[in-house]
Amino acid sequence: MNIHEYQAKALLRDYGVEVPPGRLAGTPGEASSAAEGIGGTVVVKAQVHAGGRGKAGGIKLARSAAEAAQTAEDMLGMRLVTKQTGAEGKLVRKLYVEEASQIDDELYLALLVDRGTRNIGVIASVEGGMEIEEVAEATPEKILQLQIDPLVGLCEFQARDLGIDLGLTSRQNARFVELLRNLYRLFMEKDCSMIEINPLITSGDRVMPLDCKLSFDEAALFRHPDIAELRDPEEEDPREAEADRYGLSWVSLDGNIGCMVNGAGLAMATMDIIQYAGGTPANFLDVGGTADAERVSHAFRLILADPQVKGILVNIFGGIVLCDMVAEGIVQAAREVGVTVPLVVRLDGTNAEKGREILGGSGLDITPAANMKEAAEKIVAAVSA
Amino acid sequence: MSIFVDADTRVLVQGMGRTGQLHTSLSLEFGTPVVGGVTPGKGGGQACGLPIFDSVRDAVRETGANASVVFVPPPGAGDAILEAAEAGIGLIVAITEHVPVRDMVRVRHAMRGSASRLIGPNCPGVLDPSLKVRIGIAPYPIFKPGTVGVVSRSGTLTYEAVGQLSALDIGQSTCIGIGGDPVNGTSFIDCLENFEKDDATRAVVMIGEIGGSAEEEAAEFVRSEMTKPVVAFIAGATAPPGKRMGHAGAIVSGGRGTAAEKREALEKAGIPVAASPALMAETLREACPEAR
Repeated sequence: MNIHEYQAKALLRDYGVEVPPGRLAGTPGEASSAAEGIGGTVVVKAQVHAGGRGKAGGIKLARSAAEAAQTAEDMLGMRLVTKQTGAEGKLVRKLYVEEASQIDDELYLALLVDRGTRNIGVIASVEGGMEIEEVAEATPEKILQLQIDPLVGLCEFQARDLGIDLGLTSRQNARFVELLRNLYRLFMEKDCSMIEINPLITSGDRVMPLDCKLSFDEAALFRHPDIAELRDPEEEDPREAEADRYGLSWVSLDGNIGCMVNGAGLAMATMDIIQYAGGTPANFLDVGGTADAERVSHAFRLILADPQVKGILVNIFGGIVLCDMVAEGIVQAAREVGVTVPLVVRLDGTNAEKGREILGGSGLDITPAANMKEAAEKIVAAVSA
Repeated sequence: MSIFVDADTRVLVQGMGRTGQLHTSLSLEFGTPVVGGVTPGKGGGQACGLPIFDSVRDAVRETGANASVVFVPPPGAGDAILEAAEAGIGLIVAITEHVPVRDMVRVRHAMRGSASRLIGPNCPGVLDPSLKVRIGIAPYPIFKPGTVGVVSRSGTLTYEAVGQLSALDIGQSTCIGIGGDPVNGTSFIDCLENFEKDDATRAVVMIGEIGGSAEEEAAEFVRSEMTKPVVAFIAGATAPPGKRMGHAGAIVSGGRGTAAEKREALEKAGIPVAASPALMAETLREACPEAR
C-alpha cells in the first residue's frame, strides 16, 4: 500500500526525522494561507501516488502567498501525467505546500527487503534526484549498498561508513547516522516494504528528505490500523479495490479478453497464453481457492463492467476447488448477470467431467475447451470474429 | 527414494481449524501418515480421529512427528514455524498465505543453523505420489508415481504441469511448491540440489514467475552443478510492470524480475523453456524422452 508524500512526511516527523515545514491544501485559499504561515518561498507539490511529478509540472515554486494560490488554482483538478501514471494521468485533489529548501547536494537513499539475503537492504547514491534504475544502469559504481541483519539491527558504524562513502562532512554524517537509525526503526515498526528518499538533500550541516515515498506490506496492515487509515481509495483502481472486498485478486489490463482463473500462477499463465494465441487480456483475476457461486458471480460482474471486454475465458484447474461447484457457479452467475459476450470455459482437475456436464446441460451458450491452449485459441477466435 | 520426505515421515498439523481438518482428511484418505494436530487451547481433544495437542513440543513427544504442515492464520504463522523448528520438526511446510514479510525475515534469520527445513509459506506443499505423502493442499488424484521432479512458485500452475505430465503418462517423483512470497524457506536451488542426488528423479520441471531473481540463480546452479535434464516455464511474460500479480513476490520492479530476463538466463544455462504454459510436459518429454 502506498501513501501520499504529506502522510509520509508526517510519519517521518513522528520518527524524529527532520523534514521541511509544510501543510496540506485542498483549495487555493488554503494554499495561500499555508504559504503565508510558512513564510518566504514555498514549493507547491501535487499529491498523487506517482513518481516523476517534477518533470510533469506537479511541483512548482511560489514566491508569495498570492503566487501559491495561483499555482494551486492551476494544479488542483488537473490530470497529472507522469511517466508512472500512464496516459490518463492522475487527478490532483490535494497539494502539499512546503518551505523551499536551500539545496547543496542531492543524494538518494532507500530501504527495502533484500529478497536474496532476507536482510533489510539500504541503497544509497550521490546521484540524487534521478531515477535510481537509470543510475544503476549508467553508473553502477555510484550505487552504494548496505545490509542490515534484522536480528542485529543497524550498527552505527555501518551508517557512518555509508555516510563517509556518500562524501558527507563529519557534521552532516552525525545527522545522517541519526536519520538512518530513525528510518530503520520506522521500516521495522510499521512493516514498510519500501522507504525511498529521493532526493535526500544536504543543506549546510543538515541532511534532510525532500521527497519521500513510503509503501507498506499489505499483509501486515492488520497490526497497523493507523497505517491502514492512510489508504487513499481515490488513488486506487476502483475495480481492484472492489475485487479486494470480495477476496478476489485483480489487476486491470488494456486488452479485450476478460479472464477468470484460480491461482495466481495459472492466472498469469492464462494471460500469457492469450497473448501467444494473438489476443490481449483485459485483466488478471485470481478467484482463489474457494471459487463458489457467489465469488464467480462477483468476478463476472467485475469483468463485464469493463466496456472493452469482448469475450471471457474461464480457466479452472480444480484441486481443492471442485469443478462441478465452479460450473454451477458459472451457470448461476451467467443467468443472473446475463453474459452477453462469448464465454469459453476450460475445466480440468477434480470433478472436471461433472462440471462439463453441468455446463453442457445448462442451455447457456458456453464453449467448452479441453485444455489451456484450446481455450485461448477459441476465445481469441470468438473475439476477433 | 524421494526428496525431503521418506517412508518414516510422520506429519503433524499445526492449526486444526476448518481448512486444517479438510486437508487432514484428504491426506489421510490418500494414505499419508498424519499423526496429530496442534491447536493451542484444544489440547486433549480430537479431530479427524487424531489427537490434538496444545503445543508442538507435546505433540512431538507423544506422536514422534517429524514433519508439520502449518495452516495457522497469518498473525501467528511465523510463531508456529519457529515453534516447530524449536521442537525439532525436520520438515516444516507453511501453507498460510499473506504472512507479513517482516515475520518471514525474522523467521529465516532465527532459523539460521537450524536443522529444520522450511517450505513456503504461501505454497501448496509437498506431494510424493509413490510414498503417498501429501503435506499440504495439492489435489492428489492428478498425480502419478514416476521419475519427474516438479518445483514451482505457484500452486495451480504446479497442478497444471502435473496434469500435463500425467496425461502424457509421465509420472512424478516428488512435487514441491516453494511458494509465491518474496521471502520463503526452501529455494529452487535447494530442491534442484536434492533432485540431482535423488535416485528416483530423472528430470525436473521448474516453474518460475516474474519477480526477484531466484530463477536466474537456479539457472546458474543447473549450468554448473546438475547433470539431470531440467526444463522450465516462467509465468507472467505479459504482466505489466510495477503490479503485484496475486502473489506477493510476483512483481516486476524497477524493470527487474521480468519473464524475458529469466527466460534468457535459463536458456543461456541450457535449460529448455516451454514457449507456452500448455507445453510444459511436452518440453520435458523432448528434453528427457526416457522419463516415465
